[in-house]
Amino acid sequence: MITKLTPARPGRWAATVATIALLAGLAPGFAAAQDAHRGGTLRLVSVSSQGTLDPHVNYTSQFWQLYAFLYDGLVGFKKVGGPESKEVVADLAAALPEVSNDGKTYTFTLRKGVKFSNGKEMTTDDVVASFQRIFKVLGPTAGTFYNGIVGADQCLAAPADCTLAGGIVADKAAGTVTINLVAPDPEFLFKLSAPHASILPAETTAKDNGNAPIPGTGAYMVKSYDPNNSMVIVRNPAFSEWSKDAQPEGHVDEIDYTFGGTEEAAVNAILNGQADWMFDQPPADRLAELSTAAPDQIHLAPLSAWWYAPMNVNLAPFNDVRVRQALNYAIDRDALVSLFGGPALAQPVCQVLPPEFPGHVDQCQYTLDPGDSWSAPDMDKAMQLVEESGTKGEKVTIVTEDNAASRGIGTYLQSVLSDLGYEAAVQTISGDIQFTYIQNTNNKVQLSISQWYADYPAASNFLNVLFGCDSFHPGSDASINIAGFCDKGIDDRMKAAIALGATDPAAADAEWAKIDGAVMEAAPALPLFTPKQVDLLSTRVGNYAFSNQYHWLIANAWVQ
Amino acid sequence: MTTDQPETGSMPPADAAGGALPPPAGPWRRALQGLASSRTAVLSGLGLVLIVLATVLAPVYAKHVAQTDPFRSGLSAKIMIDGKRSPVMERSTEGLGLGVTPIGPTWGPKYFLGADTQGRDVAARLLYGGQNSLVIAGAATLLCLVCAAVIGIVAGYAGGRVDTVLSNLIDMIWAFPVYLLAISLSIVMLGKTFEIGPIHISSSSLVVPIIIIGLVYVPYVARPVRGRVIAITNSDFVLAARGLGIRPSRILWRHILPNVATTLIVFAPMLMALNIVTESSLSFLSVGVQAPNASWGTILQDGQALLYSRPVVSMAPGIAIMVTVMLLNLFGDVLRDILDPKSVRGR
Repeated sequence: MITKLTPARPGRWAATVATIALLAGLAPGFAAAQDAHRGGTLRLVSVSSQGTLDPHVNYTSQFWQLYAFLYDGLVGFKKVGGPESKEVVADLAAALPEVSNDGKTYTFTLRKGVKFSNGKEMTTDDVVASFQRIFKVLGPTAGTFYNGIVGADQCLAAPADCTLAGGIVADKAAGTVTINLVAPDPEFLFKLSAPHASILPAETTAKDNGNAPIPGTGAYMVKSYDPNNSMVIVRNPAFSEWSKDAQPEGHVDEIDYTFGGTEEAAVNAILNGQADWMFDQPPADRLAELSTAAPDQIHLAPLSAWWYAPMNVNLAPFNDVRVRQALNYAIDRDALVSLFGGPALAQPVCQVLPPEFPGHVDQCQYTLDPGDSWSAPDMDKAMQLVEESGTKGEKVTIVTEDNAASRGIGTYLQSVLSDLGYEAAVQTISGDIQFTYIQNTNNKVQLSISQWYADYPAASNFLNVLFGCDSFHPGSDASINIAGFCDKGIDDRMKAAIALGATDPAAADAEWAKIDGAVMEAAPALPLFTPKQVDLLSTRVGNYAFSNQYHWLIANAWVQ
Repeated sequence: MTTDQPETGSMPPADAAGGALPPPAGPWRRALQGLASSRTAVLSGLGLVLIVLATVLAPVYAKHVAQTDPFRSGLSAKIMIDGKRSPVMERSTEGLGLGVTPIGPTWGPKYFLGADTQGRDVAARLLYGGQNSLVIAGAATLLCLVCAAVIGIVAGYAGGRVDTVLSNLIDMIWAFPVYLLAISLSIVMLGKTFEIGPIHISSSSLVVPIIIIGLVYVPYVARPVRGRVIAITNSDFVLAARGLGIRPSRILWRHILPNVATTLIVFAPMLMALNIVTESSLSFLSVGVQAPNASWGTILQDGQALLYSRPVVSMAPGIAIMVTVMLLNLFGDVLRDILDPKSVRGR
């Protein structure tokens, strides 16, 4: 679309010239002020590390936060705070791609002179090899994010022989890479912005590199990593800032990340000035104290996330929609918010899409006064539905993680189910295995507690991923449709909404809002609340910025 | 040996004046006399009786004093304090308004020790939790002693291959660290429902921790029992009985079991104390008693999340465990002094 330029009046020209001159005069001073913050060491702490360092394999928010300044993709989410952080900008590509062939072909022109931390210049060979490697290492999103690339089917069937022939086409001389898709995908740029599409040196071994750092193009590089102890991150000597939005230079010279200890110890370390930030949320027990004693050190940010309780629609008693609706009516969402630390830290919800997310429209069917928002539980309606279902007295087991919040919610739901006449029990299992355990239908999990954090800002990343028929794989540990919900009508509407997003995003968002309502009418899950991120920083940390995708932008902060 | 049973049918000894002396007190009577004359035994026994009574009366306390259901979440509950209705879960209103803290001890009938993270009365849960902890520890002790007695007696008396097999089996179980074995068994058993004929054991049943805790300590008792049986089997009165052609079952029942019983009784309070700690540890780690049931271990776990703001939630079960274990150990010490033949004070 071409925007028509309006001729400016002479007076406005003069004002513009004066402003430019003034800014030019201030620029050195501004740069000096920026330089004044350069240097120092940022000290981060976490109860544990999150396994492999390999950006094509790791699928944790803890390490994705680090990959933001260690690696780059062809495109990336803008590394700024606020709503702009959802925007995709050109990163290793010189500009956003040209899209042709009815949305099935993306052509990228690579930036010149970008080097990996080992000093080698990035070329089209690295891009092609990196996309092949996503499949060769069987990356966790290879079959979901990148399965639309031509040749991906063969790569998924025989990863070791993956070539993506016809899918990734490089022109070394022109410095271009063309990606061909089997069908248009309006979310493809989002998927390319994820760390799983990071560009790595072509010679990187096609297996999970584990604790060995892989050279990247980011502003920083990993100097050492011991998952049981610490990680040291230093500046990438080969880095030269090409885009502040895509990969800012960063302020600190070194980032020391320590693993181990407890959340309590981390809070004390930050308050005593021995650490600058903790990855884990401060314990609920300390929140009231921190809220009054260190309010300036706390930063709250809404998350594109959802705490929910999937109900297995294929197992009794939840194979009866009336039971699922009854539980939705019966729960006191204010009480659940209390379990998470109160209204300042969580917002009660009774729909899938989080607030301020594409496609979100306030709606609540399961409340005393159905409307835009939740007001109070409707126990009478719930009891009536349970009576009608004839399932009273049946046994229900709630599977929770062994952390305080998950266990607390499980205990609360057990109490509500008992009130409704069920014989309910809570089964608490280690957080390391709970997520995969509840996905596998062989474990016959009736009700569980889970969370979902958006990979990218698209309604399908919640609705289609969590309740689409394609996400349900009986007998597999990787069946993210935990409820086992598959409604062909809703599924077709979701596929149509994804396609509509390519041509009319606004209409697609409106359709997603309706789908959100339709899914909740079938009630395959109990929406619990939308959480907020609590970042506790030491007093010396400045320039806090929160990105919806990467959370706290560590490299943007300064310590001096 | 002082605790060996005298052979039946022998004539009572005569005193210096030629008159018949009263029959000597048996080991059981001597034990009771010893316990009654020991201030430590009386006080610790009384303490234990009081704890048991308090836990037995848990439903009465919950219904008539605290007027609460300690197994139901009370996140929206309110309580009258100084004529004002206050929420049990107090939301922070100062600063950034973060955090929700359960009410602290009121030292009154309701929420005497305050509330936990679910807004439930801690005092009522402590009594119910004690009931489960004591039932599990007691039943596990009984199970352990019975299993250990059977294995120890059979192995020690039969000898040969039977002894080799059973001793190796005991050693195999012994080779595992107790908590590692208990946690492993718990994880396997908690995910399943067991149905053996008409017997149905659900994963939330108290029978699961009873079996686990009962079994892991069997080698610790079976070994000394086996040793004692071997010693008794080679003693004169057993050899004489064998020589007279008395049936092995009668020898076991009349001569060996009574002599081993003292060993088992000496073990009982110590084992009970150990089982209370083990049960609490497993429940604290979420692999023991499962919600909605409570035990001192689960309350301790609930209190962990409130260690900073409401320490009483974890301190109360901690103190209950400590006092009960201490009383059991004191009682057990006295019992051992009286019944253990090797004990200097027992002579």
